[in-house]
Amino acid sequence: MKIKSLEELQKIKEKTLREISGRETNKRGRIVVGMGTCGISAGAKDTLRAIADELEKQSVDDIAVIQSGCMGLCEVEPTVEVQIGDEEPVIYGHVDEKQARRIVREHVMKGKILSDILVKRGKV
Amino acid sequence: MAVENTILICAGGACISAGEESVKSVLEEELRKYAIDDVVKVVETGCMGSCNLGPIMVIYPEGVFYQKLKPQDAKEIVEEHLLKGRPVQRLLYKGPTGEIKPKAKEELPFFTRQVKVATRNLGVIDPINIEEYIANDGYFALEKVLQMTPEDLIEEIKTSGLRGRGGAGFPTGLKWEFTRKSKSDEKYVICNADEGDPGAFMDRSVLEGDPHTVLEGMEIAGYAIGAHHGYIYVRAEYPLAIERLEIAISQAHEYGFLGEHIFGTDFSFDVELRIGAGAFVCGEETALIQSVEGKRGQPVQKPPFPAQKGVWSKPTVINNVETLANIPVIINKGAEWFASMGTEKSKGTKVFALAGKINNAGLVEVPMGTTLRELIFDIGGGIPNGKKFKAVQTGGPSGGCIPAEYLDTPVDYDSLMKLGTIMGSGGMVVMDEDTCMVDVARFFLQFTTDESCGKCTPCREGTKKMLGILNKIVEGKGEMKDIDRLENLAKTIKDTALCGLGQTAPNPVLSTLRYFRDEYEAHIKEKRCPAKSCKSLIAYKVDPNKCVGCTACARACPVGAISGEIKKVHKVDQDACIKCGSCYEVCRFDAIEKIDAVDLVTSS
Repeated sequence: MKIKSLEELQKIKEKTLREISGRETNKRGRIVVGMGTCGISAGAKDTLRAIADELEKQSVDDIAVIQSGCMGLCEVEPTVEVQIGDEEPVIYGHVDEKQARRIVREHVMKGKILSDILVKRGKV
Repeated sequence: MAVENTILICAGGACISAGEESVKSVLEEELRKYAIDDVVKVVETGCMGSCNLGPIMVIYPEGVFYQKLKPQDAKEIVEEHLLKGRPVQRLLYKGPTGEIKPKAKEELPFFTRQVKVATRNLGVIDPINIEEYIANDGYFALEKVLQMTPEDLIEEIKTSGLRGRGGAGFPTGLKWEFTRKSKSDEKYVICNADEGDPGAFMDRSVLEGDPHTVLEGMEIAGYAIGAHHGYIYVRAEYPLAIERLEIAISQAHEYGFLGEHIFGTDFSFDVELRIGAGAFVCGEETALIQSVEGKRGQPVQKPPFPAQKGVWSKPTVINNVETLANIPVIINKGAEWFASMGTEKSKGTKVFALAGKINNAGLVEVPMGTTLRELIFDIGGGIPNGKKFKAVQTGGPSGGCIPAEYLDTPVDYDSLMKLGTIMGSGGMVVMDEDTCMVDVARFFLQFTTDESCGKCTPCREGTKKMLGILNKIVEGKGEMKDIDRLENLAKTIKDTALCGLGQTAPNPVLSTLRYFRDEYEAHIKEKRCPAKSCKSLIAYKVDPNKCVGCTACARACPVGAISGEIKKVHKVDQDACIKCGSCYEVCRFDAIEKIDAVDLVTSS
């Protein structure tokens, strides 16, 4: 599909913004894993696998799992951002496999913010 | 142990009369009872202003706001919130409509001080999904410039004041203008992604996290100068960046942002990757061009500049990754917006890679003119382990160091130049009191000596000579004449080397000589390393008054140089000691001393 006009570009933008917020795809929220070189070398691949696995185990299918780049705080990699609905996004640091599963069970499923690994609330 | 939670408890007059003191005493008692009083910090604050809700308490890092507390509530908060991580719902502040509204957390300066332009999408979008880039205004700038004349576009970039982010800081608009004015049937755009400074990784992060912005920036540059073809020269050490660029290029083709008749206009543009083998000199533009053409990466004489005669002898614009990442935003938000940030001669923002002895190692983007102190202490979180800041190296092996007395310098191209260093690509290596500045100069010179391509004599032979002298000094074999020799060589190499690598290679030596000459003199005259870091000049010794004979050091020593019976004072065999420092690390009684080797001779 070749884009030929500003209108077509605008349409994709709006559609994708709806998708990101989950309104288009009936998703309740999304988990973003930082997968830059810094994240991957700190173990983000295991983190990503653990999140996907735990979501499946717990039969949670309304959460999208997304990979992203480095948000700058390489010191606390692997980083994971959780965004549920219209709530402020929450960023966690040093997320290993164990913490990843905790995030799914506590934050995603019960809405509890895990203060011990919290790095930031709100948009980067 | 690190503090995990901080509890702010309001000790304003209204809260005290509502019973704050008894709440606080129960809270502290409970914290002690569960032995978490060392990881939870209780702070009494002045009036928070919600006197009608008192006594109140805010628990960080979440910023959970509790109201109308009674002493027994404190027990519940400790048990439920602090120990189990479950906020006590019934005590939470509820707004006038009854919904629960925890107070927003006070943000880390790491995030609040940043202004993200080039790194706007990093960690925000999915880099392998072109539609997420579009959702964040991606390719809107390309559509917009195709409605403009190339001359107007160049004028816009000139007005923005954008200067090259790769190191030298040449005005981008001017570079485009020169290349546009060069007459030729074909022209080229090259993205320099051969990031090579030790400690710099902003270009890699942009390529990995937002590859499309680089493609869009290149296309806009191509439209400005009249080129239809671009190369991205990226080093082989960045496999993930290469992978994501390849995905981005194929997606851009699919959506029609690359190829023929972009947005239905007559403008066509395509991009190819060129993978560099990791030679530092290939970041130098003329060497890079040679490498793109498939030749050995060695620099050639300038002029002619690439704007007249670049790749395949055609006019070529070479822009760095970060420079290109700024372009779409300048187009979307306007040149005035960009020029409103920064200092008089350095506009916009700059990405810095904080590395070395710093708490928040990572990438930060701040407006030009932010001071070093803000960057290192507020955003970077300062120096770990309570050590003292000594210097920061900017500009990698081509730059120099800045000592503590200049921490309040606003960072821009010109202020750093005045201090004898350069902005470079934005790498900042922070050094603490344990760093030997002679050794730092030696480290960077070792790097440039290794990376010298060998084409011109001053760089090939000169850097080697300088390195030899520095090695002599750190081994304690230097003489005072060596400092003059270093300065002479440095000046000659700067004046006569063929390319930027050689011309800037002496900078770390010159700048450490400028600010830390006393350290060179201590190495030479007294045979002492003031930072106690140069192995040849230090020794490890057991303090007989502190040693309890636990044998930890003897067990840690890899060469068996420490002897002693259990519960008796141990001894280091100085002839066998390789000065690895293992004993120093493991001793729990502070009984291993690091001393100047010269003192050892006089004391024994």
